[in-house]
Amino acid sequence: MELYVPILVLAVLAAGFAAFSVSIAPFTGPKRWNRAKLDAYECGIEPTPQPVGGGRFPLKYMITAMLFIVFDIEIIFLYPWAVAFDSLGLFGLVEMVLFIVTVLVAYAYVWRRRGLDWD
Amino acid sequence: MTSQVPDLWPPSAQEVVFLLLGVVALGSALLVVTTRQLVHAALWLVVCFGALAGGYLVLTAEFVAWVQVLIYVGAIVVLLLFGIMLTRAPIGRSAGLDSGNRVTAATVAVGTAAVLVTVVVQGFATAYTPLEPGGGAAATLGASIFRSWVLPFEALSVLLLAALIGAIVLSRTDIRPANPAADAGGPAAPTTPPHPPDPAPPPADGSGATAGETGSGRVSRDGG
Amino acid sequence: MNPTTGPTLVDFGHDPLWLSIIKAVFIFVVLMLGVLFGVWFERKLISRMQHRYGPNRAGKFGLLQSVADGLKMGLKEDIMPRTVDKVVYLLAPVIIAVPAFLAFSVMPFGPMVSIFGVETPLQLTDLPVAVLLVLAMASIGVYGIVLAGWGSRSPYAILGGLRSSAQVVSYEIAMGLSFVAVFLAAGTLSTSEIVAKQAGGGTWDVFGLEIPQPSWYAISLLPSFLIYAITMLGETNRVPFDLPEGEGELVGGFHTEYSSSLKFAMFMLAEYVNVFTVSGVAITLFLGGWRAPWPISIWEGANTGWWPMLWFFIKLVLVFAFFVWVRASLPRVRYDQLMAFGWKVLIPLNLAWILLYATLKALRVPESNKAFILTLGAIIVVGGLAIWFRFDTLLQRRREAKAAQIEEEFEQLREEPEAGGFPVPPLDLPHYHGVLPAGQASTAVKEVTSGSN
Repeated sequence: MELYVPILVLAVLAAGFAAFSVSIAPFTGPKRWNRAKLDAYECGIEPTPQPVGGGRFPLKYMITAMLFIVFDIEIIFLYPWAVAFDSLGLFGLVEMVLFIVTVLVAYAYVWRRRGLDWD
Repeated sequence: MTSQVPDLWPPSAQEVVFLLLGVVALGSALLVVTTRQLVHAALWLVVCFGALAGGYLVLTAEFVAWVQVLIYVGAIVVLLLFGIMLTRAPIGRSAGLDSGNRVTAATVAVGTAAVLVTVVVQGFATAYTPLEPGGGAAATLGASIFRSWVLPFEALSVLLLAALIGAIVLSRTDIRPANPAADAGGPAAPTTPPHPPDPAPPPADGSGATAGETGSGRVSRDGG
Repeated sequence: MNPTTGPTLVDFGHDPLWLSIIKAVFIFVVLMLGVLFGVWFERKLISRMQHRYGPNRAGKFGLLQSVADGLKMGLKEDIMPRTVDKVVYLLAPVIIAVPAFLAFSVMPFGPMVSIFGVETPLQLTDLPVAVLLVLAMASIGVYGIVLAGWGSRSPYAILGGLRSSAQVVSYEIAMGLSFVAVFLAAGTLSTSEIVAKQAGGGTWDVFGLEIPQPSWYAISLLPSFLIYAITMLGETNRVPFDLPEGEGELVGGFHTEYSSSLKFAMFMLAEYVNVFTVSGVAITLFLGGWRAPWPISIWEGANTGWWPMLWFFIKLVLVFAFFVWVRASLPRVRYDQLMAFGWKVLIPLNLAWILLYATLKALRVPESNKAFILTLGAIIVVGGLAIWFRFDTLLQRRREAKAAQIEEEFEQLREEPEAGGFPVPPLDLPHYHGVLPAGQASTAVKEVTSGSN
């Protein structure tokens, strides 16, 4: 646990500084009220209360996030494998090849179904 | 695992921190289900996962703790946030967040908790293991996963495969119900073709997803 | 501590609290000053690359320009648009700034030194899973982007936030994969031990002069390093991957609504601290850490005491200069190119390289079954190539189909220029082909073919 004390110290410092800056901001500058200034920026037109497209964003973002989770998990398994590789040897290599090939099948499917294409 | 009972009183600093983290996790979990603002619920979920990660850290499972941060906080809640942003997440409080099944849900939750607590207490009430710093580091973990737990590890790859394929199938817009009229609850108009045979070359003006969605919407309107 | 390789994990966790506080304050102050003068350095360097002077008014050589800018930011009106979600809007700058600083806590700056009589490594702390902490902090930083975009309730901000976070998570995968080869080689996740592993290689004898073989992972694991160098640009949203700031389409991206004041300063700060963090990781994991490179390391004392901090700093400046150089040289890529590059090129290449390296490493184990490993390797290579060719032909066919479609549209447009409802100028006026109008046929005025006119 002693290893984490310095991180905590730095976290307190950084968070304190950031929170201080954000909370001091309203008091350091002038205040000149103007209705248009408080609108969301939309190139000068009346802002729409809803996000663009009525909240219909491309599903691509969801697929990217899904892919991210899957590959993140793969990375998480690659790390201990890499560290322990010397003691695992050939057996470890075969295991990881099987694992990666299985995930790559999914990857190939996504690619084939244009899940990686943005247009 | 030993069965030697350690001194439980006075509690060590680690035990106090662990208890506090548990309280934080529980409190933020409650806030997740009670807050009326969707994005704030997701943020409380982050706090909950963070407290869990802290718990792992106290138990010297360092690798697992950071994996908790990396996967749950860094990936899964981000997916949730994307999901919220992709739909019309209203700002401020939203009504209708409660489903009608509150009682059932609460019963199931309490039941699950009761079963888990009973099992853990029954199974491990007299088992104690010493906390050794470094016991949860990557090398130890790697050696144990890739020697003793090979099958679960390989099975996991199949799970990931299934998850990805599921995501793609759900988001594909060129797979439609075989009979769109059945969905719309009426006979299909014979004059309108249900949909173009296969949108293999995508329309040049927009993404395949958008075009597909509007297409299916039109089809069901025609059908009804 | 081993005097030749520097501190390892066992040297950490013995600092008294006051020493931790001193180190943390030091890192914090260095990073703040680094941002101030980093901005100045970037502006100055890029100006010289573009034959300009850059900032030269505030202070000598314009050194105080960033200080002046920071003060100005503080004295600006703080605008909080009416529509924002106040909690999230205020939380986002804090969330983006804090993890950026935290990642620096595991960065090794030097070997053991004595501070006020306490022997301690020049590093805030080290963990058995230190690199994982860096990655985790990067993934928490994504929240700052998503929340800033969502909390602002402006289409530009929300679209910029989505885009930017999708980009960051995509490049995080490639980045995480590029570390795997380093861990394979070093056998540890701790930053100080990775630096120690890069301490020594063999030596070449050239005319009686002993030149040590480079032991940096940047050289022995070159593919990983190249991929990392690309992903660090993508991860920090820097040119050529600075899509979130595509002014033409997104105004300011996720921080559009943080128009002025210190809240915007937080985003600026986080961006530069993140650049320093990825540079620091590049140095630690690939460029030998704080160790002096060969010609300097002939001097005995180069890797002892406080000197290594200077080597680290020089390396940091050089890597940062690389960022600026790239910014001065490359145009911004398109979003689909960005994602395609990340997912279709970097990730498969990375996985193939990891497997190749692991195979080579397994071959080096003396009692291993070489024939089996070679067969396995051959199967992997052939399978990978087969899949790649299949995809390549498939994509080629798609590309041809698309090109044909575009060609068809052009044909149609050529037939009737007003197709599509927009009045378009005729596509082949004579001067498009270099033919001058009749009046200008004389060569009295020389045609300026390039440059400004």
